[in-house]
Amino acid sequence: MSSETRQVCTFTVAGLRLGVDVTQVQEVLRHQEMTPVPLAPSVVTGLINLRGQIVTALDLRGRLQLPPRPSGELPSNVVVRHGDAMVSLLVDDIGDVLEVDASTFEPPPATLTGSTRALISGVYKLSPHLLMLLNTDLVLRLEAQNPA
Amino acid sequence: MQLDDAAKEFLIESYEGLDQLDREFVALEADPQARARIAIIFRVIHTIKGTSGFLGLGKLESVTHAGESLLSLLREGTLTLSPPMTAALLALVDRVRAILKSVETTGSEGAIVVEDLKKTLLALADGTAAPAPPVTPPASPVVAAPAPVVAPPTTPAAEPAATPIAIAEPVAPASPASPVSGEAGASASVADTNVRVDVSLLDKLMNLVGELVLSRNQILQYSAHAEEPVLAAASQRLNLITTELQEQVMKTRMQPIGNVWAKLPRVVRDLATACGKQVRVEMRGKETELDRAILEAIKDPLTHIVRNSVDHGFESSAARAKAGKPKTGTLTLRAFHESGQCNIEISDDGGGLNIDAISKKALERGVVSEERLRRMSAHELEQLIFLPGFSTAEKVTNLSGRGVGMDVVKTNVEKIGGTVDLRSKPGAGTTVQIKIPLTLAIVPALTVMSGGQRYAIPQTHLVELVRLEGESARAGVERVHGAQVYRLRGRLLPLVNLGETFGLARTADAEADTGLNIIVVQADERQFGLVVDAVGDTEEIVVKPLGKLLKGCAVYAGATIMGDGRVALILDVAGLAQHARAVHAKTEQAVTAAAEALADGAAGEKQTLLLFSAGGETLALPLSSIARLEELPRARLERAGDRSVAQYRGGILPLIQLGESAPTDTGNLQVIVYSSGERSVGFVVEQVLDIVEETVRVERVSARPGVLGAAVVQGRVTDFLDVGAVARLKAPWLFEELR
Repeated sequence: MSSETRQVCTFTVAGLRLGVDVTQVQEVLRHQEMTPVPLAPSVVTGLINLRGQIVTALDLRGRLQLPPRPSGELPSNVVVRHGDAMVSLLVDDIGDVLEVDASTFEPPPATLTGSTRALISGVYKLSPHLLMLLNTDLVLRLEAQNPA
Repeated sequence: MQLDDAAKEFLIESYEGLDQLDREFVALEADPQARARIAIIFRVIHTIKGTSGFLGLGKLESVTHAGESLLSLLREGTLTLSPPMTAALLALVDRVRAILKSVETTGSEGAIVVEDLKKTLLALADGTAAPAPPVTPPASPVVAAPAPVVAPPTTPAAEPAATPIAIAEPVAPASPASPVSGEAGASASVADTNVRVDVSLLDKLMNLVGELVLSRNQILQYSAHAEEPVLAAASQRLNLITTELQEQVMKTRMQPIGNVWAKLPRVVRDLATACGKQVRVEMRGKETELDRAILEAIKDPLTHIVRNSVDHGFESSAARAKAGKPKTGTLTLRAFHESGQCNIEISDDGGGLNIDAISKKALERGVVSEERLRRMSAHELEQLIFLPGFSTAEKVTNLSGRGVGMDVVKTNVEKIGGTVDLRSKPGAGTTVQIKIPLTLAIVPALTVMSGGQRYAIPQTHLVELVRLEGESARAGVERVHGAQVYRLRGRLLPLVNLGETFGLARTADAEADTGLNIIVVQADERQFGLVVDAVGDTEEIVVKPLGKLLKGCAVYAGATIMGDGRVALILDVAGLAQHARAVHAKTEQAVTAAAEALADGAAGEKQTLLLFSAGGETLALPLSSIARLEELPRARLERAGDRSVAQYRGGILPLIQLGESAPTDTGNLQVIVYSSGERSVGFVVEQVLDIVEETVRVERVSARPGVLGAAVVQGRVTDFLDVGAVARLKAPWLFEELR
């Protein structure tokens, strides 16, 4: 058993507990004012001014084909680096940064279906909840998706 | 003596090269066999030799040439580097430096003696090491050198100490500005006042200045409301400094257009020779500066226009002589700044465009209809050469005339927010005028509001703003096949409603505004009107690229951060036009046809027409095609099965509803009765408007069922109803019964 660990920035989206490797995360932010982008892919919620940089905000609920966020609830931002640009993933709530052990990692379970399965690289069996690790490269690859 | 730019650049480059040589020689001493190092030294000396010849510095050229001869043998491995050679080469470096110094301070090579060193170098190259020559300047400490020079080449390691002595101050007496004293004293040497900077660093600086401009805008906005004299004064100062800084940083990226023009005379010469023509190039405004990114972008279009001019613009020498013109044609390149833009003009004094040939070709290629052609102005005809796939060259030359041409020029210039125009005078020549922005990073833009969102439109795309109030706002917009148009000074301007296109909800403010804001913009070769809720200010915005996720959105040119810190999207006018066109595929065609109909209004015969409205549109019918107009009480409307009918003149009249919904607010139905043989049918319309007598020409402009075509009636574009087709469409059962 290896005791390899990695740090994962966790958050919740529609009750799912998800995470991305902490090295990919630029910062986490509370809700930010957004400028909507008409005619953009539907999962692009808007643009955020992050200290003079323009960051595209992506709705994770929409991306994972989960039910839309109830109105009145404001999303938080997990800003991840994507190439030389930055993209904000809109999530429901931001959790802690957890140190997870590689030994608890498993590929996505067969019972998981749909978009979520396609976009996660695996699951950490933590108690009491499982933690799903998002594959940000795939999450941010939109061209095959609905360019609504 | 004022040094010109070429000489200055040469000095800077040469000093840099010489500094590198010092390092290379030191390294070479440790490893005399390193041929790569010799190659570097060779290149540096070779460059200096080439440029000095070009600049007419004879001594420098001859001495470097001698050095080069030796170095080339060393590089090939024919000779091996010996200490005398090193000494001589180092002496060369110092002598070159002294000459450069003299050039820099006095503008000439001065009294520096090079013959001795030249002889030594050549002797070493020949292998006939002549011992005496280097001693020629008697007072010179170069006397220290003879020892290594005469020393047998078999003792390479024996005399290394002699070399440093030799380089210590060999040329000191030869020139008052020796390297040592020069560096210490003359602090304003060109090498000292110039720094080479990585372009990416300049880009970064530009970005930072952009940020500063935004912060400045924010603070200015805030201080405008604050009643704090100290803050007001400070922000005023910040404003001035930021503007100045922005200008200066922008200047660092500016380069004279002469840099791009420099290669054109050669292009012209080669091409003219190949065509058997004589052309000379004149340049005015070489020093006009442009952002380097823009210079890069216009390089190819410029070359193309120049090639075109030489290939097609100028007549042959014989033809010129016959026309009484000087044998040699003149191609004039002109550049100047005007109202925040840079104008570049390329004129030739050739034969001008052959309008007939262009028209003929345009017809042949089917890019324009004959009718259309007849109505075009001379200027419009000239613009035809900007259409894709257009080339009037009688025969395809290997230089230009392959059909990819002016359209590419136009596209490339428009890509950077510029415009291309062309004027031609038969027999007198052609002028192509390019207008381009000075920089791409910070542009003036107009902010507009739609659906509660702000958008920026770069000023370069704006043509004019139109504001319609009250009645004219309601009546000003006409519909042609569902597409909105506005008649702007007799021209039909297609309208694109920004809010509708973007699917934005109208805000209460916008609802309350009864006026109409039309922003006339230029996209590609056409104009259209953008309908927005409100028009804001013009301000300088910093263009920031959109992320990869939005690469597919052609309707945006980027985004910017406004004074309040919010992000606003920058509209790409051409992309928006394309998008709107794709949505209403037929629209453009219809508008074009309607515009032509408008122009052709005079033709056609007089008719009596019935105008009525249905489904929000004004429609027309020839009065002769209908039987009666009736106003029936709503109570008479009855249903028979799934059909509407009314009792009429003791019979039953089937009714067809035109438009979406029946007007419920009025008590009576407006019915147009159409008869065919025994049977009649009634069309229920919203309102019968008028009966007019007018000369109309109905143009078949679309395949919309039920519509015959469109014509201008009472100055408005109106659709003509095809009664039979509507009946067929709305009530097929009736159609059978009617027959």
